Amino acid sequence: MGMTMSQKILAYHAGLDSVKAGQLINAELDMVLGNDITSPVAVNVFEGAGCPCVKCPEHVSLVMDHFTPNKDIKAAEQVKTVRNFAHKYGVENFFDVGEMGIEHALLPEKGLVGAGDLVIGADSHTCTYGALGAFSTGVGSTDMAAGMMSNKCWFKVPSAIRFVLKNKPANYICGKDVILHIIGLIGVDGALYKSMEFTGDGVQYLSIDDRFTICNMAIEAGAKNGIFPVDDVTREYLDGRFKREIRVFEAEEDAEYERTIEVDLSKLEPTVAFPHLPENTRTPDAWGEVKIDQVVIGSCTNGHISDLRIAAEILKGKHVAKGVRCIIIPATNTIWKQAMHEGLFDVFLAAGAAVSTPTRGPCLGGHMGILAAGERAVATTNRNFVGRMGHVDSEVYLASPDVAAASAVAGKLATPDQIK
Amino acid sequence: MTVKGTVFRYKSDVDTDVIIPARYLNTTSEAELASHCMEDIDKNFVKNVKKGDIIVAEDNFGCGSSREHAPIAIKASGISLVIANSFARIFYRNAINIGLPILECPEAVKNIKAGDVVSCDLAKGVIVNETTGKTFQAEPFPPFIQNIIDKGGLIKSLRG
Repeated sequence: MGMTMSQKILAYHAGLDSVKAGQLINAELDMVLGNDITSPVAVNVFEGAGCPCVKCPEHVSLVMDHFTPNKDIKAAEQVKTVRNFAHKYGVENFFDVGEMGIEHALLPEKGLVGAGDLVIGADSHTCTYGALGAFSTGVGSTDMAAGMMSNKCWFKVPSAIRFVLKNKPANYICGKDVILHIIGLIGVDGALYKSMEFTGDGVQYLSIDDRFTICNMAIEAGAKNGIFPVDDVTREYLDGRFKREIRVFEAEEDAEYERTIEVDLSKLEPTVAFPHLPENTRTPDAWGEVKIDQVVIGSCTNGHISDLRIAAEILKGKHVAKGVRCIIIPATNTIWKQAMHEGLFDVFLAAGAAVSTPTRGPCLGGHMGILAAGERAVATTNRNFVGRMGHVDSEVYLASPDVAAASAVAGKLATPDQIK
Repeated sequence: MTVKGTVFRYKSDVDTDVIIPARYLNTTSEAELASHCMEDIDKNFVKNVKKGDIIVAEDNFGCGSSREHAPIAIKASGISLVIANSFARIFYRNAINIGLPILECPEAVKNIKAGDVVSCDLAKGVIVNETTGKTFQAEPFPPFIQNIIDKGGLIKSLRG
């Protein structure tokens, strides 16, 4: 049996001709990522082990994006620990307020990750970079410390599920609807320990931002990684940006997949995950009347420029419903600047929305938009677990930027068509 | 090594946000993390947990974020073993890497209730429900993983 795309990347980095599902391998890494929450734990582990140096400082990225701008003294101390570590061990890819962005938007934007790479990150949404044809997966802080010490990581080679995407999605259907639909189909552990490999003629209709969103949420189905093939869309994005050579790995014709699932993109409807699991998906006919208190448009899932453009298109000439707080968070400083130059902020501010500096704050209930007991938010984020955005009795509804913006105007869960 | 304790029982999809909510992630202090362990789904856990106690859960335990603070909080609260039908993959790695014993054993999960006293020979994977007298065999770790555990965690195994 042949290898999947994911397996070929792992074999290459382990220096092996072939690997098979279940095999344990040690592989060389192209990038090790940490943030302001996971890196301090890794620093403790690294320094506790008495390690004299970071093996490949250029293969390490430290992005201060969760509790930043520092929300309290403890958060400031954590960032300081990481800043001192970066300085001491010569890690130049250290990004703090003013040059940082949400890590999974920032690393691709800076060309630090790309096709053919093997990436680990002490953040579960590290699987995002599969959009660029990389094998990329989330790990914990000890794995991160070990990666910095040795530039290697152990992996159990995953089996895979193949998703054949067909046809062109309708207007107002984006990557978020695709991945929420899939998670609703297979469940939050439907791809546990496995790769999710996306293929089919529908791939050509998905922008690079759509692909980032889809791979970003592979973890919400329990997957080890999500991955797209490298095509013209990928090359156009990486051209002049990616710092290494593009390495293209294609699944072999006789690659073994545990399951193949066909998804007709043309039949998808706006899809929302109701509390308290990303698998609780519903399409508009089953939404009912869900009154809301807050909308968040941003995060590592949907804080891209295309997401902001969609939100602006819907909010233009309209106003956020009285009593609803609408918070818009561009994922990086570059996206922020771009959105400002395109006049998107004028639209947002005229509509009564607030625009924040890049941060992951509200996505995980950190800061910058916490919910009180009984409050409901429609968010373009990735998790709606109990207490995820604040009080244990608050609720999060996961949606696309289209639905989030429309809901802000309606004051309740709504599609763009419903507010026309 | 044998562990023994009273069981705290949970259902499927216990996520890392309820194991240790993000609002407490501005610290790396193990004791502080332990003092908030499980508080969003079980306010009594911290009050009642004793050294050696055991968590038994259903599917996909530890799903969600990669925060190593989750297994750290569980271990620091005194828990000696987590038994589940399955674990989310990052939690699984993290638990092994920091030396929190975990076992996948659906038969045991089916036959253990909250408050039961359970013992386990970790090396052999033999689980005994002392309250009912029933015995269960968990799948042992592959040698590669067992080596990490024997050496006392990933970092120690790397340092030789």
